[in-house]
Amino acid sequence: MSTIEIPYVSKPRPDTGLVNAKLGIWLFLASEVMLFGGLFSAYVLLRIGAEIWPEGVSILNVPLATLNTVVLISSSITMVMAWASLVRRDINKYRFYNYITIACGLIFLVVKYFEYSAKLHHGLFPSESTFLAIYFTLTGLHVLHVIGGMLVLAYLQFIGSKMWNTDPARFTGRVECAGLFWHLVDLVWIFLFPTLYLM
Amino acid sequence: MADTTITEEKKSEVSHEEHHEELSFLRKYIFSTDHKMIGIQYTITGGLFLFFGFGLMMLMRWSLAYPDQPLPILGFLVGNNGIMTPDTYNTFGAMHGTIMVFMGVVPLAFGAFGNFVLPLQIGAVDMAFPKINAFSYWCLFVGGVIMLASFFLPEGAAKSGWTSYAPLADIDIGLGQTFWLVGMIFLITSSLMGSINFIVTAIQLRAPGMTYMRLPFFVWTQLVTAVLLLLAFPPLEAAGLLQLMDRVAGTSFFLPTGLVISGEVADISGGGSPLLWQHLFWFLAHPEVYVLILPAMGIVTEVITNNARKPVFGYKLMVYSLIFLGFMSFSVWAHHMFMTGMGTTLNAFFQTTTMIISVPSVIILSCLFLTLWGGSIRFNTPMLFALGFLPMFGIGGLTGLPLGLSASDIHLHDTLYVIGHFHYVVAPGTLFGLFAGIYYWFPKVSGRLMNETLGKLHFWGTLIFMNLVFFPMLIQGMAGINRRLHDGGASYADATAIIDPGFYSHAANYLYLNKWMSMSAWALGLVQIIFLVNLLWSIKKGKKVGRNPWNATTVEWAAPSPPGHGNFESAVEVYNGPYEYSVPGAAKDFSPQFEKGAST
Amino acid sequence: MAENLEELDQHIRACIAIFVALLCLTVITVAVSYLNLPVPATITLALCVALVKGSLVVSYFMHLVSEKKLILWSLSLTVIFFIILMVLPVVTDLDVISHTITVKH
Ligand code: HEM
Ligand SMILES: [Cu+2]
Repeated sequence: MSTIEIPYVSKPRPDTGLVNAKLGIWLFLASEVMLFGGLFSAYVLLRIGAEIWPEGVSILNVPLATLNTVVLISSSITMVMAWASLVRRDINKYRFYNYITIACGLIFLVVKYFEYSAKLHHGLFPSESTFLAIYFTLTGLHVLHVIGGMLVLAYLQFIGSKMWNTDPARFTGRVECAGLFWHLVDLVWIFLFPTLYLM
Repeated sequence: MADTTITEEKKSEVSHEEHHEELSFLRKYIFSTDHKMIGIQYTITGGLFLFFGFGLMMLMRWSLAYPDQPLPILGFLVGNNGIMTPDTYNTFGAMHGTIMVFMGVVPLAFGAFGNFVLPLQIGAVDMAFPKINAFSYWCLFVGGVIMLASFFLPEGAAKSGWTSYAPLADIDIGLGQTFWLVGMIFLITSSLMGSINFIVTAIQLRAPGMTYMRLPFFVWTQLVTAVLLLLAFPPLEAAGLLQLMDRVAGTSFFLPTGLVISGEVADISGGGSPLLWQHLFWFLAHPEVYVLILPAMGIVTEVITNNARKPVFGYKLMVYSLIFLGFMSFSVWAHHMFMTGMGTTLNAFFQTTTMIISVPSVIILSCLFLTLWGGSIRFNTPMLFALGFLPMFGIGGLTGLPLGLSASDIHLHDTLYVIGHFHYVVAPGTLFGLFAGIYYWFPKVSGRLMNETLGKLHFWGTLIFMNLVFFPMLIQGMAGINRRLHDGGASYADATAIIDPGFYSHAANYLYLNKWMSMSAWALGLVQIIFLVNLLWSIKKGKKVGRNPWNATTVEWAAPSPPGHGNFESAVEVYNGPYEYSVPGAAKDFSPQFEKGAST
Repeated sequence: MAENLEELDQHIRACIAIFVALLCLTVITVAVSYLNLPVPATITLALCVALVKGSLVVSYFMHLVSEKKLILWSLSLTVIFFIILMVLPVVTDLDVISHTITVKH
C-alpha cells in the first residue's frame, strides 16, 4: 500500500522499552484472563450453590486428561525453543520446533475428541447436569483457543515466515507474541485440569 | 521512472515519502486501514444506528401516549393493523436499548471520535494496528447486521430488555434472543480489539515531547474508557456464552431447580442461578455507563477550554479523578441489584462505594465549571452544546444518588425515574457531548465549518425538547409508575387504584404527561432534521477554513484540514501542556503544543 | 529482542528445569487426587499445585520475571479486577435473605 510507517513495530520505543505488538498481546491476554475469570467465577458460584457436586473422577477420564496436560506442557517448552532458535537466527530449527508444537496441539485435540465422544456416547450431554454443562463450556472454549493458537502457529510456519527475510526482528517478535498466547492456553488448562477433573 | 525504482528499493528507509498511489475505491473507502476513514465509517454506522434506535422509540412513544390505538400512517411498521402489541413494544424497547448503547453511542463516542481524533491529538501517523482497526469496524458491522436481521425472524427480535435478564431471556421462544447473543459476541469482539488498539496507540505512538501529563484530557478519557472496555467486557462475553449454551445446548446455568413456566415445572436439569447473570451483566454494565459518559466528558473539556480561552482548571486533579473513577467503577455494580435480596451487608457495601464514586465525577464537573470563571467565552455552537452538557449531566448524576442509596431505591427501582435518570446522563449528557464534538471537529474532517445559525437552532430545540421528554419521567417515576409497560402505566394506575384508591390514585394523576412527552419526543425528532440538513449542506457548501479555525492549542490542529494520509506533513514535536490559553506575555492568546517557545 | 545470547542460554536452561518441574507437579497432583482425602483438602491441594504451576509458566515461559514495568502495571490491574470477579460468587452467598425470620413478641 502506501508508505506511511508506524513506529516501534520492530524496534522498541525507548521510554517504554516495548514494541507495539508486545504491549498489544499482553493486553489481549489480560482480557482473556477476564473472560476465563468470568467462567471460573460462574463455576464457583454454581458449585457453592449446588446441593451435590459430583467428583470429577467419577465422570471424567483422568488418565486421558493427564496425558493431555503432559502434551500441552511439552508444547509449551517446544514453543520456547522455537522462539529461542529465532533469536539465535536459526530459522530451520525454528521450523522444526514449531512443527512439534503444532503436532502437540493436534494430539491434544484428538485426545479431546475421544473424551468428548465417549461422554456423548454415554448420554452425558451438557444438559444433563450443571457439572457437565460447565465442563463442556469451559473445555469447549479452551479447545477453541487451542485451534486458534494452532492456526496462528501454522500461519507463522508457512506464509508468515516470509517476513524472516525482510524484517527478522519483527518476525521474531511475532513468534514471541504467538508463543505468549500459546502459553496462556497452557496456563488455562493448568487450572482447568484440577478444577474439573480432580476436585 | 528512475526515481520510483529507487524509492521502491529503499522503501523501508524513506519514511515521509509523498507517494501518490491511486488506491482502488474499495481500499480507500470500504476496507480502508486509515484511522480517519475508519473513524468516518464508525461515525456513519453509529449515526445510522442512533437514528434507527430513535425511530423505534418514536414508535413506542405512540403506544405510551395512545395505548392500543392504531398508529396513523406508519401502522404497517408494527403489524397487527397498526396496534402495537405488548410483545412488539417489548421487542422495540429491548432493541432500542441495545442499539442505542452498544451500536450507537459506543461506536460514536469511542470508535468514531477516538479513531479520528486520538492519533491526531498525540501526533501519530495512524493507529498502532491499522488492520486490527479495520477488523474492529467490520466486527461492529457484522454484529449490527445480525441484530437488524433478527427483526425479520418469525418471532421477532429479542424482547427481554437490553439487560436480557435470566430466566426470562433463557426461555424466550424463537431465535431473537439467540441472534442477540451472537450479535453481542461480535460487538464485544469489536470493542475489545478497538480498546487494545487505543491503549497501545496512546502509549506507544505519542510524538516526542508528548508526556503523559501533556496529553489532552480527551486522550486520557479515551485511554481510561479503553481500559474499562478491555477488562469489563470479557465477563459479559462469558455470560453471553453461558446464556447461549442455555438456549442452544439446553443447559441450566441461569435456570433454578423447580422453575415453573406457564404453570408447569420446566423439564430442565436446574441448579443454575438467575443472579449469576445479573452479577456478570452488571460487572460489565456499570463500567459500561462510564464508557458512555467519559468520552463525552473529554470532548466537552476540549471545547470548553478552547472557547473559554483559559487553561482547564486543575488538569492533574481531573486526570487523577478520572483514573480513580475508572478504577472504582468496577466495584459498584451491585447497586443495580439492591432489590434482588442480596442482604444488608452487601447493600451497605455497594451503597458506600456508590457514594464514593460520585465524588470524582463531581470534581471533574466542578473543574469544568471553574474553567469558565473569568474566561472571555465564545458562544459558538460547539460551546453551547458543551455548556448544555454541564447542567444536564449534573441532573443525571444527582438523580442517581437516591438510586444508589438502598433505602430510597426500594421505592424508585424499576420505575420511570430510573429511565429519566440514565437518559439525563446519556441523552442530554453524552449526546450533547457528541454533538459538541461533531460541530467542533467538523472543520478538521471536512475543511469546512458547519452553519452557525442552523447549529444554534438545533441546540435550543434539542435542549428544550430533551428536557420536556425526560423531566416528566422523573415525576412519573416518583409517583410509582413502572418502566417497560406498553401502555405507559395506565394498567398499573388502574390496578393500584383498586388496591387502595385513596393512597395509590396519584399514579393516575400523572398519566396525562405521557402525551406531552410523546409530542416532545416527536418534536425532538423534527429538530434533528435541522442537524442533518446542516451536516449535509456543510460538507459541500460550508465556509472553507484553514488548519486551526478555533485558534486551538492541541496537536490535531497542526495537520491540514482534512489531514492527508499519514496526517502531518512533517514530524510533530510537542513543547508544552495541552491547554496553554492566554499565557501572560505570549504573542497570541493561545500557545499551541506544537509551536516551540509559543508560551514564553 | 536485544537480549544477548548468554542470557538466552540461561533462560533456556531455566525453562527446561521448569518443564521437568511441571511434569513432576502434574504427577503429584494426580496422585494426590487418588488418595481420597476429604474434599476441602483435595481442593486446597489441587489449587495450590495449580497456582505454583501457573506462576512458573507465567514467570518463565512467558518471561514475566524480566518484563517491562508497563506490562507489570497493566497486569496488576487485571489481577485486582480478577480477584474482584472471584469474590463475586462468594459475596452472593454472604447473607442472602432466604433465612426464616422469627419474630419474638
Ligand atoms: C433522545 C431520545 C430518547 C428517548 C425519547 C428515549 C426514551 C426511552 C424510554 C421511554 C425508555 C423506557 C422504555 C420502557 O422501559 O418502557 C427507554 C429505555 C432505554 N433507553 Fe432510551 N430514549 C432516548 C435515547 C436513548 C439513548 C441516546 C440511549 C443510549 C445510550 C438510550 C438507552 C436506553 C436504554 C438502555 C433503555 C432501557 C431499555 C431496557 O429497559 O431494556 N435511550 N428510552
Ligand atoms: Cu451502575
